[in-house]
Amino acid sequence: MVPIQHVIALSVILFGLGVIGVAMRRNIIVILMSIELMLNAANLAFVGFNRMWPVSDGAPALDGQVFVLIVITVAASEVAVGLGILLSMFRNRDSVNVEEVNLLKW
Amino acid sequence: MTAQAVLFYVFGILAVVGALGMLLNFRNIVASAMSLVVTMVALGAVYVTLEAYLVAAIQIMVYGGAIVVLFLFVVMLLNLSIDELPPGGQRFIKFAVGLGGLLILVRVLRAILGDPSAFAAPETLPDGYGGYAQLGVALYTDYVLLVEIASLLLLAAIVGALILAKRKIG
Repeated sequence: MVPIQHVIALSVILFGLGVIGVAMRRNIIVILMSIELMLNAANLAFVGFNRMWPVSDGAPALDGQVFVLIVITVAASEVAVGLGILLSMFRNRDSVNVEEVNLLKW
Repeated sequence: MTAQAVLFYVFGILAVVGALGMLLNFRNIVASAMSLVVTMVALGAVYVTLEAYLVAAIQIMVYGGAIVVLFLFVVMLLNLSIDELPPGGQRFIKFAVGLGGLLILVRVLRAILGDPSAFAAPETLPDGYGGYAQLGVALYTDYVLLVEIASLLLLAAIVGALILAKRKIG
């Protein structure tokens, strides 16, 4: 198995790229995709740590992988609702540029 | 270097390349979504090298096969072939912030990639680790409440998405 530092390094790199995507892009679909990338990075950390400690008190412990399944579930439902919001936004102002959604800006 | 380690690095680099392809595509949203599929499938392969087989299968099926497809549905539905303008002045500030974040990450990485022998992963795994049988037992005995709550969450998400995407009638 790969040293755990490399697994976490890959997770950190992917998370950082997701954060840069959320900060840098103006298209809301790419922002949603970057959020998915961040969730995937967290999933990778879960799976890596679960591989490090696969037994607890003699019994196999798959807690990290159960967490990953729940995170995938949450990500799927969040994408569905987020795209519904995107559809409403597009119907109201005919653009997916996130900088035009600034009515609450001071 | 075992084959497992080599495959981990190969698919890890492929995942990063896919993520970069998603971020740096300023003209075409569909190309960004395709790069994201590459990242998802590469991460699924990484999970296989970490011996989490059911999670890898579910990752490829749900992320690559459903979530990115949902993105593409919305892109096609709204006919969003709009291209973003190349980064202007305001964009450079945000890009600089992002770049600063990446530099912080590199600093963190140099701290993490220290002594590899400090944390040794167990080489022998329990029988059937990462397979569907053990994961199913865990989901039905220890984490059954979590499964029920996840089903409620999915129900709420379905109803919410339907209401948000419904056209106004009359």
